Amino acid sequence: MRMLVAGKRTSERYLPEKDMQACGLFGVMNVAGERFGGEMAISAMVNMKCRGNGLGGGFAVYGLYPEYKDYYALHIMFERSCPQAKEQVDEFLTAHFHVVYDEEIPTDMRANVVNPPLVWRYFVAPRHQEEEGLAADEFVVEKVMFINTQVEGAYVFSSGKNMGVFKGVGFPEEIAEFFMLDRLYKGYIWTAHSRFPTNTPGWWGGAHPFSILDWTVVHNGEISSYGTNRRYLEMFGYYCTLYTDTEVMAYAVDLLMRRQGLPIEVVAKIFAPPMWDLIAHMDEDRRRLYSTLRMVYAPLLINGPFTVIVAHHNEMFGLTDRIRLRPITAAAAGDYVFLSSEEGAIRAVAPPLDLVWTPPGGEPVVARLHSRDHLASLARAV
Amino acid sequence: MYSYLLPEFLVERRGDRCIKCRVCERQCPNGVHRYDVELDMMFSQERECVGCQRCAVFCPTGALCVQPHPASYRPNASWTREKMQDLKKQAETGGVILTGSGNDKPYRIYWDHLVLNASQVTNPSIDPLREPMELRTFLGRKPDNLQVEIKGDRVDITSELHPNVLVETPILFSAMSYGAISYQAFLSLAMAAKKYGTLFNTGEGGLPREMRKEFGANAVVQCASGRFGVDPEYLNCAAVIEIKIGQGAKPGIGGHLPGEKVSANIALTRMIPEGTDALSPAPQHDIYSIEDLSMLIYALKEATNYEKPVSVKIAAVHNVAAIASGMVRAGADIIAIDGLRGGTGAAPKIIRDNVGIPIELALAAVDQRLREEGIRHKCSIIAAGGIRCSADVVKAIALGADAVYIGSAALVAMGCTLCQKCYTGKCAWGICTQDPYLSRRLNPEIASERLYNLLKGWSNEIKEMLGGMGINAIESLRGNRDHLRGVGLEEWELNVLGVKGAGE
Repeated sequence: MRMLVAGKRTSERYLPEKDMQACGLFGVMNVAGERFGGEMAISAMVNMKCRGNGLGGGFAVYGLYPEYKDYYALHIMFERSCPQAKEQVDEFLTAHFHVVYDEEIPTDMRANVVNPPLVWRYFVAPRHQEEEGLAADEFVVEKVMFINTQVEGAYVFSSGKNMGVFKGVGFPEEIAEFFMLDRLYKGYIWTAHSRFPTNTPGWWGGAHPFSILDWTVVHNGEISSYGTNRRYLEMFGYYCTLYTDTEVMAYAVDLLMRRQGLPIEVVAKIFAPPMWDLIAHMDEDRRRLYSTLRMVYAPLLINGPFTVIVAHHNEMFGLTDRIRLRPITAAAAGDYVFLSSEEGAIRAVAPPLDLVWTPPGGEPVVARLHSRDHLASLARAV
Repeated sequence: MYSYLLPEFLVERRGDRCIKCRVCERQCPNGVHRYDVELDMMFSQERECVGCQRCAVFCPTGALCVQPHPASYRPNASWTREKMQDLKKQAETGGVILTGSGNDKPYRIYWDHLVLNASQVTNPSIDPLREPMELRTFLGRKPDNLQVEIKGDRVDITSELHPNVLVETPILFSAMSYGAISYQAFLSLAMAAKKYGTLFNTGEGGLPREMRKEFGANAVVQCASGRFGVDPEYLNCAAVIEIKIGQGAKPGIGGHLPGEKVSANIALTRMIPEGTDALSPAPQHDIYSIEDLSMLIYALKEATNYEKPVSVKIAAVHNVAAIASGMVRAGADIIAIDGLRGGTGAAPKIIRDNVGIPIELALAAVDQRLREEGIRHKCSIIAAGGIRCSADVVKAIALGADAVYIGSAALVAMGCTLCQKCYTGKCAWGICTQDPYLSRRLNPEIASERLYNLLKGWSNEIKEMLGGMGINAIESLRGNRDHLRGVGLEEWELNVLGVKGAGE
């Protein structure tokens, strides 16, 4: 399957410059599956205001649409400068999906945001999917990519079931105010992102979280292996359109976890493998496993500083690079698991904490619904 | 016939320094220096001088200065001195002019037009003196994905894997056969490769039996058009088997080791009668097409129980990208590409100087093509031909190579001065000769240490450059052209290299 209609380039040389940025990240999950409002995530981002510069903020929420949980929820933005975009998308969606309900996502125009687009949500089920011989997920991915690359002025924020992404240009709390997140929505996972880009694209689609199906990625870092990672992913049909590290990260997660079915515990060792010196001291089975992972997936080693929080249904995990050049703190209080760039942000918003720990580089913190898997990383904490 | 050639070098001897110790006379295999007992004087026959500098280096009083001969014809941009000398040589002999080493013509050296990146502010550079910096590289075919089975805490790999060879640094010694170079030089390369944890390449002259047990695990053994020295043990003792299709210095041309160089031991190793010419045909006569190549690849894999990666080495020629793609599909696990400036022990000068394309462009084109076809991971790419320093290695890897072969650089480390007279068999440095009086000059203990130091020095420099880019494992540089920028290149060159211009 090709994620994108590959626009074949005459040369690598014509690729746009990569977008560089630093960021603030926050994630909170209730592992009992209880849904809660956005206050914690929003206030945490306010607490880390200095990690962003108002050029992008966003939230991903899981357990968002229980009444439509069997339908793909498409959050689509339409730029006001392209009035025909919505018409084209509506036509395209009707041709390929049963649209069971759609509406404009309510917004508060008093919020301090720049140049807001029209944002609409659709709840859809694939139509004629068998004829195209694709699994439902693949079908949706293909159609989403079509909209993103072929319809000028339209961009799909998210396309998973029972989840959604809200994002835009502004500080995270302004985006939250614009979409009225604290008043209208509840979920059992909230992840949030605040951007500090070194350039100013000012495009709402360029904010994070980045999402495919129900996978979302918020990411902080500048990957020095970007070219290697990007070119490897291209071989599997992932063509970058935004030229951000986050996009590469999201595609790599999609390839390894969704398409190849590897668990996060293994994927973490691909993104942030242990040093050879450490592998040399492992028992034989582990040595073989880790060496083989490094051999086969060398092009997906994510080098340079990064911290990432990835979520999909029932799962949220955080990971930082192999030599821990970007911060991440984990904490737990009752059924809540927190991941954050800064400990202060957790303490500012959470109930009294049972545990706070600093996961070492390359050790994932995995929070799963109805499990205590997140404690596994505690034993290896710094 | 009286020769009209001008001497190539001027040998100056400072009388106030010369002590007539006759070291120069003994060191020069070309008979340039001569001591006249009756006159108690040193004389020079500089017409014979090849400029190898052996005498100048060994002169204990520094009395000798050997430099290009200033005498020349009337300057002429078209009819250069070299062109005119070659004409005269041919007029005297009617022969094909032979030469050694790599192309010395001023074709653009792209390495010198590419600059590297470093981290500033947005991400940190990494100090290799304080943090791990990893150069370990696997050579061979990789699967599309890895299937694993998870049982509790255990993760088992269920995918079948192709054989891969591990090297501790992405620098390998290029193919130089025993016969082309001396036993001592050959042994020195093997010793250094073993000590550093990398590979040397036997070339097409076989691997002496006594070396197989000790050095087989570090050997790339070649199976070339003459099939010299190929037997089951030879194939099975090696780390990698390489089918040699072509060589950068002489694409489309075979080899010829003259009978006088085929000593008893070389004859034994090559499995040919002593004193007979060892002729390598231009093509492999069982490979006239890509499907024939596939048959040989699988014949070699069968012969080695599918336990060794099979490499195919070609010269960089015009449609190298399409050829490389065919090679990968034919089953090659490694493809080695030897560029325009690759070295040789002997080649027709006209071929060496005019056939093939620069490795940088070939490498970039091959890497890009294999990626477009989604098969880049199915092989490793080794770039060869004109790698002169660690920065060239880093640039090659950023363009898309997995590793590089170094030939000339290794020879220079052992003493070679690129005098280009390898084909005469009179190498004063004991490298490219079978004359025991000369080859004895090369002590494998010392020469291998020099080679080891070269690998170590370059590897340390590579670590510094990687650290500067904020990368701590060499695999994150592979094909990472974001870290390269071009300076002084034309639009089309940047496009082929897939590299932005500086400031872009």
